[in-house]
Amino acid sequence: MWKTVLRRVLLMIPQLFILSIIVFALGQAMPGDPFTGLITPQTKPEAIEALREKAGLNNPIPVQYKDWMVRILRDGNFGQSYTYKMPVSTLVGNRVANTLWLSLLTVILIYLIAIPLGINAGRYQDSAFDKGVVIYNFISYAIPSFILGLIFLLVFGYKLHWFPTGGSVDLGFKKGTFDYAMNKLYHMILPAITGAVLGTTGTIQYLRNEVIDAKTQDYVKTARSKGVPTDKVYSHHIFRNSFLPIAAFLGFTITGLLSGSVFIETIFSYPGMGELFISSINSRDYAVMNTLVLLYGFLTLLGSLLSDIIMTIVDPRIRIE
Amino acid sequence: MSKNEVNVQTGNSKVNVKIVTSEDEKALKALSEVPSFHEVLKKEFKVDKLATVCLIILIIIFAAVMIGSFILNQDEVMKISLRNKFKPPSKEFILGTDIGGRSIIGQLLIGGRNSILIGFAVTILTTIIGTIVGLIVGYYGGKVDNIIMRICDFITVLPTTLLIITFVVVIPNYNMGHFIFIMTIFYWVGMTRLVRSKALSESRRDYVNASKVMGTNDFKIMFNGILPNISSIIICDLILSFAGNIGIETGLTFLGFGLPPSTPSLGTLVGYARTPGAMSDKLWLWLPASLFILVMMLCINYVGQAVKRASDAKQRLG
Repeated sequence: MWKTVLRRVLLMIPQLFILSIIVFALGQAMPGDPFTGLITPQTKPEAIEALREKAGLNNPIPVQYKDWMVRILRDGNFGQSYTYKMPVSTLVGNRVANTLWLSLLTVILIYLIAIPLGINAGRYQDSAFDKGVVIYNFISYAIPSFILGLIFLLVFGYKLHWFPTGGSVDLGFKKGTFDYAMNKLYHMILPAITGAVLGTTGTIQYLRNEVIDAKTQDYVKTARSKGVPTDKVYSHHIFRNSFLPIAAFLGFTITGLLSGSVFIETIFSYPGMGELFISSINSRDYAVMNTLVLLYGFLTLLGSLLSDIIMTIVDPRIRIE
Repeated sequence: MSKNEVNVQTGNSKVNVKIVTSEDEKALKALSEVPSFHEVLKKEFKVDKLATVCLIILIIIFAAVMIGSFILNQDEVMKISLRNKFKPPSKEFILGTDIGGRSIIGQLLIGGRNSILIGFAVTILTTIIGTIVGLIVGYYGGKVDNIIMRICDFITVLPTTLLIITFVVVIPNYNMGHFIFIMTIFYWVGMTRLVRSKALSESRRDYVNASKVMGTNDFKIMFNGILPNISSIIICDLILSFAGNIGIETGLTFLGFGLPPSTPSLGTLVGYARTPGAMSDKLWLWLPASLFILVMMLCINYVGQAVKRASDAKQRLG
């Protein structure tokens, strides 16, 4: 198994390399350079030229790429944000935590919604409940994320006032206290529910099909003829067998959540990576943009790596020697 | 014994043989004939009334959007008149006006047409690329297959939304054509994968081998032999990805990085929800466009699923 994992990790390196080249090329294509924000009408052209020369911006492009990679890998230096006037790594670091907390809550909600719905829909196939689940699944599959987010925000945020309509924490809470954490959670619930509703589709569909298939399998017949109560057959035997592949989708679920975070965070003005990306694009803060694209790419790769690793643990047939 | 049957003496046993008349032959042929995909579809829509309703709604939407945008002049609709700023729905403006005093209904019709056209263009392009690449790669296999599949794997793990947004910002004099091009770069992968896997299994079949032995040209086998056999799957994926592409286009425009702001678009209209105060007080700005997208997506997806069922004999209702 370790061989498979190692092989997957090694495969990640060229992918990251190509991604970094794409990001660097996009950075080159963007108008302006890191000094654009510093220039005032009083700045002498020679002074700018000296700064450019010192920063290595007049070097050949491959050399610049090498310098850029060295700065990132050795010093963890992603440059300076000129709208926020702080190192990009600090800025992004603050936001990453927010996005990860939101993703974690969303994943928990996805499983809380999807598992009971999927199992019971499969168990009582063609009942009214099953039909309801199928309709729910169809709608959550077809609806675009930003429409669902806006509708939830309008209904639960503005009309019913159940949840706050933006931000991650209210003013006046001290960091580290219990109230602070609860207030943060309160702000995360609505975006997390939106993400969860959108994310349940695949899991419910898969679980429902698995349960329907499992009903006629020999191991279920054996269990029932032994006299195991029906509830227990479903909660122990069938659930365990159908759930393993779903656990393996976890990586892809996280990947999907990350790419969806751009929409969800923008709609709910939740200060995470996605929201930072959109605001940095609007203010043409290229250093932040590039770092975020690179980070998203890295996290996506990590997500698919995670899925592959879980898959090899769950299903020994796909191991590579 | 009817006149169509005769007794035949074979060895020790008597066998009743039925003489097949020409009418019987027709009936038998009709029984053994595999119904065409077109007929299966018709049957499926007859059984699933909701799918028929969705199809009719879609036709009405498309017709309204096409005719409406044909009658309206885009420059006229996009002309700013500050006197009419933020007018709520009234007799003069059926759905009210936006910040520039432009009527929402006009933007809805033209924007709807733009979104549908972009979705359609991207779907057609990705399908063409995906079908050709997928067929060739799946049929020949080997090294080319390996390389193309690695490229597909790589594109799949890219943060697509962010890269498209970055491209949109970088490209100078950016217009609708660029947008279609950028989306195609990232979304041809899905169709290629699907066609490849189908072509791979299909190319092991006997009829392909027979064709090969007879010396048929490879491309003729691919496009005249394999393609018709997997076309129903391509068609239903095409419909579903059409809905997906409209969703992606409107979503990106909603964020402000899809169509240029001077072009009316459904996404821009939905995006008004993000302007301060519009969310709950100026519903007419963004709700019609949101509902329009929602209805369109639900209908396209429902029709797509009916087609999907029809293409898979196990799931057919009709």
